[in-house]
Amino acid sequence: MNIPPEIIAVDPRDRGGKAQPLLTVQGLTKHFPVRGGILNRKIATVQAVDDVSFSVRKGETLGIVGESGCGKSTTARLLMRLIDPDTGTLIFDGDAVGEERGISINAMRRQMQMVFQDSYSSLNPRMTVSESIAYAPHMHGLAHKDALQRAETLLEQVGLNPRQYARRYPHELSGGQRQRVNIARALALEPRLVILDEAVSALDKSVEAQVLNLLRDLKDKFSLTYLFISHDLNVVEYVSDRVLVMYLGRVVETGPVDSIYAKPRHPYTRALFASKPTLDPDRRTTEMPLTGDPPNPINPPSGCRFRTRCAFVQAICAEKVPILAAPVDMDDIEDAPHQVACHLPQAQMGGISYHA
Amino acid sequence: MSGTTIEISKARLPDITVAEPAAPGYWKTVGQRLLRDPVTIGVSLVLFSIIFISVFAPLVSTGDPYTGGVLRRLKPIGTPGHWLGTDEGGRDLWTRLCYGGRMSLLAGILPVTFALTIGGLLGVIAGYAGGVVNTLIMRTMDVFYAFPSILLAIAICGLLGSGITNSILALSIVFIPPLVRISETVTTQARQLDFVEAARASGTTTMQVIRYHVLANVLGPIMVYATSLISVSMILSAGLSFLGLGVTPPQPEWGLMLNALRQAIYVQPYVAALPGLMIFLTSMCFNLMSDGFRSAMDVKLNK
Repeated sequence: MNIPPEIIAVDPRDRGGKAQPLLTVQGLTKHFPVRGGILNRKIATVQAVDDVSFSVRKGETLGIVGESGCGKSTTARLLMRLIDPDTGTLIFDGDAVGEERGISINAMRRQMQMVFQDSYSSLNPRMTVSESIAYAPHMHGLAHKDALQRAETLLEQVGLNPRQYARRYPHELSGGQRQRVNIARALALEPRLVILDEAVSALDKSVEAQVLNLLRDLKDKFSLTYLFISHDLNVVEYVSDRVLVMYLGRVVETGPVDSIYAKPRHPYTRALFASKPTLDPDRRTTEMPLTGDPPNPINPPSGCRFRTRCAFVQAICAEKVPILAAPVDMDDIEDAPHQVACHLPQAQMGGISYHA
Repeated sequence: MSGTTIEISKARLPDITVAEPAAPGYWKTVGQRLLRDPVTIGVSLVLFSIIFISVFAPLVSTGDPYTGGVLRRLKPIGTPGHWLGTDEGGRDLWTRLCYGGRMSLLAGILPVTFALTIGGLLGVIAGYAGGVVNTLIMRTMDVFYAFPSILLAIAICGLLGSGITNSILALSIVFIPPLVRISETVTTQARQLDFVEAARASGTTTMQVIRYHVLANVLGPIMVYATSLISVSMILSAGLSFLGLGVTPPQPEWGLMLNALRQAIYVQPYVAALPGLMIFLTSMCFNLMSDGFRSAMDVKLNK
């Protein structure tokens, strides 16, 4: 009997095989109404997420970066269906979510879990650590005793001694320990995709490194797929296989982490990297850092949303919305690994251009 | 220093496992914290003795609450045979206080319990659902706020007719709006917390999320507010009785007794103050006890 190891290791829930993306997002849009006036009518809309499409492959880590307010967290909540999208489809391993002949939202949620940024407010203050972890498995039918048993196993796997921590309350733990508990809680349902929404951003650097290493180990152990949302470019580079750069609710660039970090094509991505602090004086960038705040998403600029802060701006930028396509210096094939949403070749190549 | 290197062999270090005692269960810690709080213990004892005296009134009282006599009217405290004196009808005050507690405690506790059940439920639903449901429930409650509570109680009582049952019903209706408002506020705050979102994200039903995550975190403040309404309820029901809408006169009830003895305040001020003192003591005890229980059950205050 010579069965190749990759066949044995196949997850029974894996339906489409390795080539089928675990999660495909198409045209995800969420505009929040702003109400006001005497009759509480809709007076404006905040275009939080606008026509976002991407896919997450099995076993990879997809990093999502962008300034605060660019729609990263809204995207995460839309994926979990904690808020309802206006339009857009989610396809989880070949099944459309929340549609007939697809899988239900709750079925998807069992395979997709989320770790929140605020480690304290994401744990129920009145539940002990093990109760918090055991909650979801227990509600899904596991006997209470078995669920608590699983919680203790998970605590051990995230590096917390269950004898010492299982019966503690969240306020009795440090930030790093709480985030480990949150990770254990997210893993309790044995998900396949874990969304990490700024999960390490609130931790101090040494603890952050420990938690990142833990996440990497858990990924191998449980063959997880991560969606890693962060504003920290260094961390994203460290953990991600592919990166998605968002600006004001839209995807401006996506591609493999090496390709993007070696040669970012979108002027926004370059500006973002230019603002990344470096400790090496020889590697100081000459790229112009971004100035000013992002425009108000209530009334975003027409065409390319970055044009108001872009040094290369031309007339076409205001007229047409740029679509994601291969950069000018790469072969324009369908599903190119590296894609950028920019009209201008010179802007993609980063030629020196200053305002007169 | 010199080139001597000191090597610490890790193998020689003893394997230290911190002998952490298993944390006690939730209710055990609540009990421990209560025992360390003499005020709560004290007021609970007072409250339980008041309830005991009321429930076992025939055993602890010294006579019949209805028989009086013109010659025995308004005796002072310490009169032989009537250690708390007599009221304006010559009836033994201690006996009437014991029997009066039955009605007063019922009129205090029952309306609040009913209102807490209905109002708490409506408030949690309004707060959790939000949107149209919230508007519908909260604006309906606002209509009730247009009337002062005593007027509303009188109106409902007048509609239903007098009697103790109807006055309890009327008071229940009066207390629903404030309880809805409090429950809605705390639920709206609680549902925005990340742990509620995390519970929703784990694919559990709305009822499960409310039961395990929302209720546990909102019941504390709602209960404290509800117990503060018990004293208000006792006083309002006394007012209804005074107007002839609740308990009818020969029956003993603290509010009614206070109203009757009011006229004797210059003759026997201490005797006249006793029913009022009982109302004050009871409501005070309820407030302090609920406060003590709230802090004992609050895991965040655990030191």
